Order: sequence, then structure tokens, then C-alpha cells
Amino acid sequence: MLYFSRWKALATLLTALFICALAAPNFLPEKTLRSLPKWAQRHIVLGLDLQGGSHILLEVDINDVRKQKAESLRDDVRNSLRNARVGYTGLTIRDLSVEVRIREESDFQAALTKLRELSQPLGGLLSTTGQRSVEVIDAGNRVIRLTITQPGITERVRQVVDQAIQIVERRINEIGTVEPLIQRQGADRILVQVPGVDNPTRILDLLGRTAKLTFRLVDASVSPEQALQGRVPPESELLYGPQKDGKPPYVIERRIMVTGEELTDAQPGFDQRTSEPIVTFKFNINGARRFAQVTQENVGRPFAIVLDNEVISAPVIREPILGGSGQISGNFTIEQANDLAVLLRAGALPAKLTPIEQRVVGAGLGQDSIVNGTRAAYLGAALVVLSMFLIYGKFGLVANVAVAINVAMIFGVLSLLNATLTLPGIIGVVLTIGIAVDSNVLIYERIREEVRSGRTAIAAIDAGFTRALATILDSNITTFIAAAVLFFIGTGPVRGFAVTLGIGIITTVFTAFTLTRLIVSWWVRWARPQRLVIS
Amino acid sequence: MRFHPSIPLLRIVPDDTKFDFMQFRRISFPISALLSIIAIVLFFHPGLNLGIDFKGGTLIELQTKDGPADLAKMRATLTALQLGDVQLQSFGGPSDVLIRIAQQPGGEGAQQAAVAKVRSALGEQIEYRRVEVVGPRVSGELLSYGTLGIIAAIGAILIYLWFRFEWQFALGAMIANVHDLVLTLGFMAIMQIDFDLTSIAALLTILGYSLNDTVVVFDRIREMLRRYKKLPMTELLNISINSTLSRSIITHLTVTLALLALFMFGGHAIHGFVTTMIFGVVLVGTYTSVFIAAPILIYLGVGTGRQESTDGEKVTTANIRFNA
Repeated sequence: MLYFSRWKALATLLTALFICALAAPNFLPEKTLRSLPKWAQRHIVLGLDLQGGSHILLEVDINDVRKQKAESLRDDVRNSLRNARVGYTGLTIRDLSVEVRIREESDFQAALTKLRELSQPLGGLLSTTGQRSVEVIDAGNRVIRLTITQPGITERVRQVVDQAIQIVERRINEIGTVEPLIQRQGADRILVQVPGVDNPTRILDLLGRTAKLTFRLVDASVSPEQALQGRVPPESELLYGPQKDGKPPYVIERRIMVTGEELTDAQPGFDQRTSEPIVTFKFNINGARRFAQVTQENVGRPFAIVLDNEVISAPVIREPILGGSGQISGNFTIEQANDLAVLLRAGALPAKLTPIEQRVVGAGLGQDSIVNGTRAAYLGAALVVLSMFLIYGKFGLVANVAVAINVAMIFGVLSLLNATLTLPGIIGVVLTIGIAVDSNVLIYERIREEVRSGRTAIAAIDAGFTRALATILDSNITTFIAAAVLFFIGTGPVRGFAVTLGIGIITTVFTAFTLTRLIVSWWVRWARPQRLVIS
Repeated sequence: MRFHPSIPLLRIVPDDTKFDFMQFRRISFPISALLSIIAIVLFFHPGLNLGIDFKGGTLIELQTKDGPADLAKMRATLTALQLGDVQLQSFGGPSDVLIRIAQQPGGEGAQQAAVAKVRSALGEQIEYRRVEVVGPRVSGELLSYGTLGIIAAIGAILIYLWFRFEWQFALGAMIANVHDLVLTLGFMAIMQIDFDLTSIAALLTILGYSLNDTVVVFDRIREMLRRYKKLPMTELLNISINSTLSRSIITHLTVTLALLALFMFGGHAIHGFVTTMIFGVVLVGTYTSVFIAAPILIYLGVGTGRQESTDGEKVTTANIRFNA
């Protein structure tokens, strides 16, 4: 147990040194670090609880997706029957189904065949599951019922999340934060982690809005008062202005003239006459052409700008707008104008996102946590080192050297993994300092027993190591299992605890098996003790 | 040679310690049973003080910028908002306040709206140090993950111990350590420590560390069982516990020192965590591995048959020699 070949000793030392050295990039200034090659840049990232920032979990509104999907199926049915010149009545949406009655019995089979084309196989061309997006059945009495299948919804949710992640990314990047993390979580969730934003409500404002922009004409055939009494023409709907402004609603045509998708740019600015904050926008060629046509044909009519079913403003078209650009005014504050421009540039979300979990830590608290955590770690380490020295003397020093290397190796491994260090993570390191000496304690106590049973010093040390190492392995694996489970169930800071605790266990076992043995074997060779005297 | 190396300078446990732990089980088992029952009662009444992770709701930690916080005034302002159950408490310094707002009815969006209301009601002179909002769905999931996690950990460790030792050892360790968890939960209920995700972390760590201790004792018992075939079981267990006692105490000392450092300097945010750990690891864990885990092996039938052997060699601590 005590014999180390020169090569083995060297390999052990080099491994330990190398792992410790992995922690080095953490001490480099940001600028130097960036200039290094990629492989040398690996370093520990401070968690949001230490550097401050926002953790937001968003969920795609499934009901919104279902509603959209049903509506688009209805539109598809309408288009496809129109194109096939089939007469129909009673095209209605019922939850996830669309029903339509075919006028003539003679058209029925043709219509059914035509509508079956709307149902597509799921999972791409190579799919063998046989699942389809829509189920088309003959419901009797010339009625065809198309039902969106559950796999069809699931597939749509997946697509929505993919698109939403891109939009969220664009929106977050617009506000210029460093290293945001945006990733899918489960089937219908998006995790957004943004370090160092002091006003988290702003992020929520940016992410909580769908930002679907449409330009639609105001229906002048009825007054808002009449509409409120229930006389809304079927081709129009009643929409309100931004919440709480108390103005009467608008009657807006359902038909969308131009959408926000046609925008190429949007910028905040000031109105030249009123100095009010506004948003100026530019259309692409297609959008500009549509916009020009609509404004030409409707001079003198109010043209509503609708954002997420809210009428921002409805100015009267004074003259045709041919340049493909315009402006939106709506009593904005400067920040609102700014955010609206960001939203318009980034594009609309495919469905509504609801924040279901939000955790924000200010930079001040983060800084305090770092100071507290570090102080506790130093004190803990000092107390442990001192007590080990008092209890075991020079053998205690060996344990202390092992613990110091152990901690350095934890930081080395954390760097290698680009792991996130959280406040609970620091607790994990401090606990590891406390428990790491256990392996030395086990070894020393075992050696003491062996000495008591009459062995010579070297034989006792040898036997002590052999026996204690098996115990060390057994006892550490149980804690490691607990840490592993914690890693899988935990999120954020708690996961950080599991990581440092788990890595700490591995480095502890490594140092016990190699370094401590190596140091003791050197000492034995140097001191050549005949017997270990026990006071 | 002039050099006289000596390992221990401080004697923690005298070499010839022969405390009769096995005899003590007649006291320790009833005590543990009683404490466990009390803990279970506490678990249901008053019950755990569930934090927002598991109950949903909002937690705001703030610091007033203009002098000490006026809790009464703040409470009046927030009560006027009619957000249901709102709790305020001072937290750390005189200008630090912790606000808890119960989960709002009306689904996920309503929680955010409540935070916005609080922000506008409290005005500008406030630094928001921490704002956490957990909606009903997430809190439900976290609770089931947490519960599942503890069960999974217990199961995984049980299986590991079963492979590594005989099943009686695995079962004994588990009974002992579930006992630890039950007592710790009772402690958290009586102290009304916020039960949140970090508490799950604390419980799992307590489980790991307590088992660590138990495994060390069991390792020794197994070794003794192989070596001394005819030693009466009670005596064998006593010797095993006594010979690992010194290590148990020293290790717990160092862990306690680390926890103490965390308690003193770690800041308010981790007080609950550290308090729970100190109770679970230091007070209960040590007691359990010595007074519960090892003695319970007798009842599980480890080494049955050896007590009856009257003609067996008489072995005591004094004449045991480790001669491998």
C-alpha cells in the first residue's frame, strides 16, 4: 500500500496539479480570458443568485395554440371548398373540431376527398407512426367533421416553442444583455435566464406580449354606441384601446390589410410637431405595395393600428402613403416607444407565453452573498485546519494539505465543466471541507488501532490504509447517490449545490486514495519510524 | 532514532473506551419511537411551513433607501391592496424587509399582476433585492419532484447497500435514516423553518451524511463478523461501535465547525438550511448510527445463531488483535 513507483508518484502529482491548474482561468481578467484559445477559456460561471439577474420560466398558452389551430383549420376548409367550388353552410368551430355541411348530396364525396387532403401525416416523410394531424369523418346528414388530433396539437406546440424561442432570443438580444440563456424545457416551456438586469418587469413586459401587429380599417357603418348594444356587423369586431384609458371601443373590420410580418424596421423617435415619443416603421416591398393600395383606396377613413387586439391608435388617412413607411403614435412614454420598436423588430410570438415562475435577484444581494459565502468558507476552512492540527499534529498537516488540494481540484473540475457556482454551491464546498477530512480521520484512527494491536509503525500504516480505503469508498458512495438525485430533481441554485457536493466527493476519494497515501509514504521513507508512539 | 512520531495529540476518546451501547438500546429505542411519533404529529400539526417553492405565491426581499423601514406603514399600504394573506417581517438589518404574498386566485398571470401592484404601491425609495414569483403549476410540480427525489434517493441507497452488504444491513440503515429524516422534519415543523427547495437539499445531504456514518460502523461490523465467528453478537456490535467512536466524533466535529462557520457568516438566506443541517447531521445523525443503526441489526437477525454458542472463544476488546 505504501510503495509508490517513481512513475506512479509522478502521474498522481501531475494529475492533481493539472486538475488544480484548470481553475487558473478564473483568476484572469475578463479581457485576457477572451484572448485565449477556446479550450483554455473554460471557467466557472457565477449563478444568477450571485451576480444578480432574472430567471423566468415561460409556458406556451396551450388554449391559445388550440384556438389558433382550430381557426386556421376552419380557414383551410373554407378555402379548399371554395377552390373546389363546393357549396356549403354552417362552417363552425367546436372546441378542437370544425364542422361543415355540404349543400348538395352530389358534391359530398368530392368534398370529403378534398378535405381529407388537409390531414397530413405527422413526423415528416419518414414517419412510420401513421399518425395524422387531422381526423376527417363523415358525421352523417351531409356533415363533415374535422377534428385536430392530440398528436397534431403536440406537434404544433413543438413548432410554436421553436419559433417562440427565436423570437424571445431576438427580443432579449435587443435589450443588449450579456450571455442570456434561452432554452426549451419540457414540451411547452421556455427557460430564460438573463444576468444583471435591474428592472425585471421590463423583461416580463417584453416577453409577455405576443406583439401581433395588424393594420385594419375602422368600420364606419355602425357607431361604437350601437356596437356596444350588440349590433356588431359579422365582418367586424369590437376592440378597445390600451387598458384603463376609459375611451369608447372601436368597431374594427376583421379583415387584415397589412400585418407586422411585413415590417423590415421599427425605430423609436419623436414626432416633429408635438415632440411626443413615437415609433417609425418601414415595410418590405410587398407590405409597402399593400399599404399604398389600401391608403389610396380609403382616403378620409380612419385606419386602425392594432397590437394584440388593442387599438393603439386609429388616425384618419389624409393622403395615400406611398413610401412604405409610417409612424405609430399613442401617448407613449419614451420607454414604451422603445419597447414597442423592439417588439416590432423582433416579430410576433406564435402564441401567448405566460410566465409561470420568476426569480429575480438584485446585484446588491448577489454581491452580499458572495461576500458572506467567501467569509464563511474561509472561517470554516480555518476551523477545520486548526482542529485537525490540534488532534493529529503533523498527520493533521497532511490532512490539511490534502483538503487544500481537494478544494483547488473542485474548482478545477467546476471550471472544466463550465459549471455555475451558486450560493448553495458555496455551501457545498464548505461542507466538503468539513467532510473531506473524514477520509484522513478514518485512515488515522485505523492506523492507531493497528498500532494498539501491536504492529510496527510501517505495518500499521500499511494495514490502516488498506482497511480504511474500502470504508471510505463505501461511505462516500451513499452521499454521492444523494447528490446525484438532487442534481436530477433540483433546478438553479439547488442544482449548483448538488454539483459541488458531488464533485467534492469524487475529489475527496481521489485525494484519499492517491495524495494522502503518497505524502504519508514519503514521510515514512524520510522519517523511517520504528514505532508510532501514542501519547 | 531521536524522532518519535505520534499520531494523536489530543485524545478525543480514550483507547479503552468500552461503553455498553447495546445495553443502552433499551432506553434509546423507546426514546426514538416516542420522538418519531412526536415528529409525525408535528408534521401534521402545526405542519411544515411551506415556502413559495411548494405553495406558490410571491416573496419579495427589499431594502428601503431612506432610513429604517417602517413596517407598520408598509403593512397598512399592502393590506389596502387586498392581495389576501400578506406577511411582512424584518430580515437582517433595520431597513431589510421580507414580504410574502399568498398565491393569488386567477391562475398564472394573476401572480405577476400582484407584484406590479406592490411595486407601484411602495414607491421609488426601495431597492428590490430579490423577487420570486412561483405560479400554482410550478409549485405543484416542485413539491412532487421533491417528494419523489427523497423517495428515489432512499430507494437507490437501499439498493446500493443491499448489494454491498446483506439485506439486513440495508434495511437497518434505512430504518435508522428514515428515522433521521422524520425527526428533522419534526424539527423543521416546530421551528417553522421555511420548507423550500433548499430544504430538500438539506434533507438529502443529511441522508447522505448519516448513511456515511452508518456505513462506517457497518463496515466494521461486517469485518468483525468475518473475523470472529463465535463472538456473541451484542459484544461484537459493542466492540464495533466503540472502535469507530473516535472517528465518528472527530468527523462530526469538523463538519460541525464548517456548519458553524456557515451559520455565523453565511448570511440570512441560508440560516434555515444550516440550522436544519446542524440538527440533522450533528444531533440526530450521530446518535442514530451509534444507538439505532447498529443495535437494530440484532432485531433484523444479523448473526443469529452465534449467541447460543457457549463454548465459543471468549473475545473482548482487550485481547482482540488485528492480524491479517
